[in-house]
Amino acid sequence: METILQQVQGFMYPNEIELQWSILIVLYPFITGLVAGAFILASLEKVFRVEAVKPTYRLALLTALAFLLVAPLPLQLHLGHPERSLEMYLTPHTSSAMAMFGFVYLWYLMVVLVLEIWLDYREEIVLRARSSRGALRLLYRIMSLGVDNISPQSLKIDEKLARIITIIGVPSAFLLHGYVGFIFGSVKANPWWSTPLMPIVFLFSAMVSGIALVMLMYMVVSSWRRTGIDMRCLDTIARYLFYAFIIDFSLELLDLVHRIYEADESFKSLDFMVHTKLFTSQIVIQIVLGTLLPLGLLFLTQVARLSERARKTVYGTAGVLTMVGIFAMRWNVVIGGQLFSKSFLGYTTYKLDFATREGLLPAIVLMILPFVILALLVRLLPPWEPNDAGTKTTACP
Amino acid sequence: MPTTRRELLQKGSALLLLTGAAAAALEEVLAGTPEKAEGYRLQEHWWAMTIDIGACIGCGNCVRACKTENDVPREPYYFRTWVERYRVPEGDLEHPLVDSPNGGYDGFPELSQPDKGAKSFFVPKLCNHCAHSPCVQVCPVGATFESPDGVVLVDTTYCLGCRYCVQACPYGCRFIDPRSHTVNKCTLCYHRITRGLTTACCETCPTGARRLGDLKSPTDPIHEFLRTHTVHVLKPQMATGSKVYYAALDGSVR
Repeated sequence: METILQQVQGFMYPNEIELQWSILIVLYPFITGLVAGAFILASLEKVFRVEAVKPTYRLALLTALAFLLVAPLPLQLHLGHPERSLEMYLTPHTSSAMAMFGFVYLWYLMVVLVLEIWLDYREEIVLRARSSRGALRLLYRIMSLGVDNISPQSLKIDEKLARIITIIGVPSAFLLHGYVGFIFGSVKANPWWSTPLMPIVFLFSAMVSGIALVMLMYMVVSSWRRTGIDMRCLDTIARYLFYAFIIDFSLELLDLVHRIYEADESFKSLDFMVHTKLFTSQIVIQIVLGTLLPLGLLFLTQVARLSERARKTVYGTAGVLTMVGIFAMRWNVVIGGQLFSKSFLGYTTYKLDFATREGLLPAIVLMILPFVILALLVRLLPPWEPNDAGTKTTACP
Repeated sequence: MPTTRRELLQKGSALLLLTGAAAAALEEVLAGTPEKAEGYRLQEHWWAMTIDIGACIGCGNCVRACKTENDVPREPYYFRTWVERYRVPEGDLEHPLVDSPNGGYDGFPELSQPDKGAKSFFVPKLCNHCAHSPCVQVCPVGATFESPDGVVLVDTTYCLGCRYCVQACPYGCRFIDPRSHTVNKCTLCYHRITRGLTTACCETCPTGARRLGDLKSPTDPIHEFLRTHTVHVLKPQMATGSKVYYAALDGSVR
């Protein structure tokens, strides 16, 4: 803290020198964004009947679940008194945007994701419970919740129900991430956050990051399994990524243009911050490398006739850049919103520790954890047909 | 079916046990309410503060008294109250030069090169005890609240330490106490004012620049002060219902 104090530029209210929200709070909107985005991609197939993305449907659902399970952990780790967090369920303060997190989270986890995955996998769970032995058999039996009717009529009902749940799920995914945006957008004391565009910007950036993640996962998993990539599927995902990205970037541009043109009392201070403390993370990483470059690459695939190999390379590059860009966006919102003084007269610094409770190390662990959970989920509930391993070059039906 | 004696005893003892638990719970609730001082009635007060900019000499007595009285951590980034020094170049309200070394705890060093044509003054700051507090609005569990006598307080046994309220305060009045990991802020010396005393900062102010006032008491001098001075609150555009009234506040102050 002493070193931060020495790095303060201009004047800050004394209590503002310490940053309140760390890299863990950067992870929170990043992770929930991936959940919402992955789910919306999955729903394309179920609700909007986009058959081409079917090979990624189950993978997207499991990815969403793996990340959703991790989503509350950075928050929990950040609290001064994590043992009191249950109070948010027991005695929620109804006027607080944050108090609703637990309920939105539970709704999304239990009513939407878990239920949809269960319905989609129910037949396989029952079959696996019948064919496996020992502890695994017990596990599948528990997962089947004692329902072992897999008659054609019963499966038909499952399918109908799953569709209804997806239809509920799409607005729920919107709610989950729009809500995360509202937590920031509704803080009137902070002009960097306070904009009604915040929820919708968060939503579209969530879709962008979630689609990019599933696209990358699909490419990596296909290469590991040596099944070959269904290019029709990959092209379709990339197209949706491109569309979502254009909307996301337009919204962010709208916010920017509005701020520049209105130039209210906070503008000079924020403008200075973007050109100095946030220059690398905002201008270089988020806008140039993380937005313009992947948008340009995706645009190229839409207008030029590229070979399959070239398209794969472009999609892979664009996907990685997109993920980096969206992470930078979360960083710039959360950290950037605390670097300037609410007196608009000065700036502080964020010092990222390594092996502390809110340091880089726990952040890295929290980003690896969803992939570990996903690996377990994929073992337990394989998202692909059992007989397509290593045989087909295209998995699209 | 008639109740047997055994059932009656069971039900009766359960009821008794419950009543006892409820009584204990009620006692807990009452102990947590602010109305603890004998003879103090919450409904009869509505606390506010007036600060006369022209009278503040930047001595830092208030900052020191507050830290001592309320056991505020001594580090230079934890304050319940602090004093800012403003220097405003002639006519340039948008670019004041502001400093607050150690929150004004040690007073202010003399300026080596006083600005020509600039005006200079001190601005003591503290929680504005807003009637529509943004910090209270955002607390996810209601650990921070506006008491019926107009003071924004924190139940530290309930605070999660999520820091949302620190973000929501437009004035920078809150901090996380590194010892308790809960939020800390000005209580308007609640333990003193409910016993008929004034706050530590007002008590030690040598020029009477800071004065505690009770807007519900018809004889309180605050009424005359507000009538006879041009007063402002900080950041009125935030519409927080601030109850710290500044006399002779310059337009450059934020």
